[in-house]
Amino acid sequence: MAILYAFLIIAGIGALLGLGLAIADKKLAIEKDEKLVALEQIMPGANCGGCGFAGCADYAAAVASGKAEPGLCSPGGKDLAEKMGKIMGIEVTVGEKKVAYIFCKGSCEKTKKDYDYKGLTDCNAASILFKGDNGCKSGCLHLGSCMAVCDSNAIFRKEDGTLEVDRTKCIGCGKCTKVCPNGVIKLIEDRTQFVVACNSHDKGADVRKVCEVGCIGCKICQVKFPEAGFKVEDNLAVSSPVAPEDQAALAMEACPRKVITRR
Amino acid sequence: MRIIAILLTYVFINNFILVKFLGLCPFIGVSKNSESAVGMGLAVTFVTGTASVVCWCIYHGLLEPFGLQYLQTIAFILVIAALVQLVEMVLKKMSPSLYKALGIFLPLITTNCAVLGIAIINIDESYNLIESFAAGIAAGIGFTMAIILMSNIREQLELKPVRKSFKGVPIAFISAGIMALAFMAFDNSLLTNLHLA
Repeated sequence: MAILYAFLIIAGIGALLGLGLAIADKKLAIEKDEKLVALEQIMPGANCGGCGFAGCADYAAAVASGKAEPGLCSPGGKDLAEKMGKIMGIEVTVGEKKVAYIFCKGSCEKTKKDYDYKGLTDCNAASILFKGDNGCKSGCLHLGSCMAVCDSNAIFRKEDGTLEVDRTKCIGCGKCTKVCPNGVIKLIEDRTQFVVACNSHDKGADVRKVCEVGCIGCKICQVKFPEAGFKVEDNLAVSSPVAPEDQAALAMEACPRKVITRR
Repeated sequence: MRIIAILLTYVFINNFILVKFLGLCPFIGVSKNSESAVGMGLAVTFVTGTASVVCWCIYHGLLEPFGLQYLQTIAFILVIAALVQLVEMVLKKMSPSLYKALGIFLPLITTNCAVLGIAIINIDESYNLIESFAAGIAAGIGFTMAIILMSNIREQLELKPVRKSFKGVPIAFISAGIMALAFMAFDNSLLTNLHLA
């Protein structure tokens, strides 16, 4: 009998308090800004922080109060920016969709090692020791810190041990670009078809010594195929996102180090 | 007379924070600036005051007649949690900025041992309803006083050249310890001297 009373009394108190709170919740409900509610609903909910705010809700609040522009959200892209603009009643101009790209093709076979690294599987830890075990001090260290930080699992390891970004999965939040100690990962416009997959600004002869697939700044792509949009700056060729495809393909064939890559 | 004695007891002699060391989490967590400290103090005072009354009623009205005194902890926590929820809703409506400043510490009043502490002390000391209410309010006032003093000290400390290793929470803990030492001056002789005991 006592156990029944105990149950009834505690359940009764709980039910009464719950009822009271439910009534209070209705009475004390706050009217949220309609725009904010609408914005929060269309946010992608990735909470990646690529916009520079603490999360999707934070960004939505900033937009609703006019403190931030729509269109900073890279996972949402153009569609979302337009929807947000419609809710806020303002015109939005959005840049091209950006994705991450790893500017290095060096692997164990193709790149020389300075020493044998046996430590934490973390690029920044390896980087403390003479900027990593690679002979090339600008290349990918292959320890996968970018994979670990990627929330969308867009970075994967290929058979030869090199890393690559899956452009369909990448949301362009830019977290990997910040974690990479050598800055090998950069955000590029998704429409870019040809990239010079090298990050080394060293002189041609030095690159040749340590890596088989590094850009040596020979300028063949720039001089022989002027319309292909390649430009050599500081011993490293850079491609253009709007280069004509046929010309760029020819330049890719002509590259002596085969460092120009079709995405 | 008894009421005044109870008030003095829980504000000074048995100050919850500085003598009994109850409710230290918000005491350190929300004492960075005096505005949110006042808000936290008032919220805690409201909860201790109402919790004392409601818990007293539940204990003597429901638990005692059925011989269920052993359920006091769970019943009290139930009441306190609901009250904190209510305070949260009211604050959200009335003062969103204070709500934001208190942050996580507001829902944490639920598990604040000061609140459960005063509810249980009321029963242990076999206070009547009015005395319980006075004790609850006094405990809250004591908490508010301690947290306001602390926040003022910490605001001053921000401007002082404190060693890097002591900056922030460590120096706050040391200050709290010295304050607690100072509060040891209050003991039952206070009541005897005022002819209250």
